[in-house]
Amino acid sequence: MTLPLFFFYLFSAVAIVSAVMVISARNPVHAVLFLILAFFNASGLFMLAGAEFLALILVVVYVGAVAVLFLFVVMMLDVDFASMRQGFLQYAPVGVIVGIVLLLELLLLAGSFVISPEAAGGSALPIDGTVDNMRAIGQVLYTRYVFLFQGAAAVLLVAMIGAIVLTLKHKSNVKRQNPVDQVARRASETLEVVKVKSGQGL
Amino acid sequence: MDFILSALDYLLGIPVLGWGVQVGLIYKALLLLVGLLIFTAFILLADRKIWAAVQIRRGPNVVGPFGLLQSFADLLKFALKEAIIPGGADKVLFLLAPLITATLALAGWAVIPVDAGLAIADINLGILYLLAISSLGVYGVIIGGWASNSKYPFLGSLRSAAQMVSYEVSIGLVIITVLLCVGSLNLSDIVVAQQEMGLAHLLGVPWLSFLNWFWLPLFPMFIVFYISALAETNRPPFDLVEGESELVAGFMTEYSATPYLLFMLGEYISILLMCAMTTVLFLGGWASPIDLPPFTWIPGLVWFFIKVSVVFFFFAMAKAIVPRYRYDQLMRIGWKLFLPLSLAMVIIVAFVLQLTGWGWHGGMA
Repeated sequence: MTLPLFFFYLFSAVAIVSAVMVISARNPVHAVLFLILAFFNASGLFMLAGAEFLALILVVVYVGAVAVLFLFVVMMLDVDFASMRQGFLQYAPVGVIVGIVLLLELLLLAGSFVISPEAAGGSALPIDGTVDNMRAIGQVLYTRYVFLFQGAAAVLLVAMIGAIVLTLKHKSNVKRQNPVDQVARRASETLEVVKVKSGQGL
Repeated sequence: MDFILSALDYLLGIPVLGWGVQVGLIYKALLLLVGLLIFTAFILLADRKIWAAVQIRRGPNVVGPFGLLQSFADLLKFALKEAIIPGGADKVLFLLAPLITATLALAGWAVIPVDAGLAIADINLGILYLLAISSLGVYGVIIGGWASNSKYPFLGSLRSAAQMVSYEVSIGLVIITVLLCVGSLNLSDIVVAQQEMGLAHLLGVPWLSFLNWFWLPLFPMFIVFYISALAETNRPPFDLVEGESELVAGFMTEYSATPYLLFMLGEYISILLMCAMTTVLFLGGWASPIDLPPFTWIPGLVWFFIKVSVVFFFFAMAKAIVPRYRYDQLMRIGWKLFLPLSLAMVIIVAFVLQLTGWGWHGGMA
């Protein structure tokens, strides 16, 4: 057994155990934390496969941003466990069907490499060992797939604008501050110095 | 069992004694750890002394000469007291949170080159690794706040989650601008690039190497990075996470003794990590500011820590002289000011580099 192999088994074992814990943990916050552990181990597996860039991006994007918001929401929600368990049997068939479809697709994907190796290699670009993989991804992403890349960015932008439009409400009875106006205010415009004679008042 | 031997050699090897082929990783890591902890102890004291000096107080001055041993006395006090865990707390997560904070803060230092070739791991994706590590720092705070099962810590951790995720974005974009100029993600390359090109070379005075560093051509990004670093590490004026006037001590309210010590340690080490990142990205890393003999005799390691201390001095001054921000204004400068500014700078820098052909080409594969 070599060192990378040892780490491969370590990462995969922890990833699988934590993935099981995600669906079996009673506390939803624990479930999200196990999900994060699973992400971490997936990142470790990427690292072992030589895809350091993907590994670190997985940590930055999924663990550092997406899972934080996930955790944020789960902590804020007051989840009622009893009502969640009630519909379990009702939804079970749908879940089983989705699981079977996913499993079949994965088997097909893995099987196609065995059945016809040339079909599997048709779409992939050959790996050039002399370039590091971040540069390699960039060279493909910004040349061959540039329009798809821009399209994906446009979809994300539309989703973001949609979310903002749905949630942004301008309430008329809330006092809003404009820091630019506040800073630009001069004492001469708002203050008046009055000499008051004693005993007379204003 | 071959791999155990090779792993042992990698971790524990001592070539002088004929055991293994390289100096073990553990010794280097221990050296860095101990050095960093001692440095942190004095930085903590410096923080309190500077704060006191601005307010015309003396600061800690009882333990040791000029209070120099104050931090060590504090360490003993924290380590010897009883750690209290609240009854309603999630015990495992409650104790895990400070460990996460301290471990992540220390892990970031593994890739920092403190001198030419002196990094525990001089990896090619060093800066991305740092970004990943600093984006994880929020977990210690969120888990700590939630596991305490108490209102103030929870509110504090919610604030910090939003704050740290917001400022991560502008830090990431600032790093991208620097990367565009260098063309490499290796931290040592970034430092070398600042030596080999820049304003001093253009002006024909290459010995004035402090003019070469990126703080000058990327000055707006330098400022954005400095302020974002304050916000990212929950330093005043952005310490709403633990704003004592409203949240007692924020996410640390329920912590005591060693777990609290770990939180404080993690916080200060990640502040130093941010100072080190500023040094590497903008202030030329281990290089001496003037490339002439009396200055170049000083080893790079010393220059590096002098620069880190100077950056920390500005962190401490910000704490002493700037009043605390209001939360909505904090979010406003993060999203409405820094994000558009840094996004625009990424595009402008990319255009300038493409049109003029400037930038460092030593790292291009």
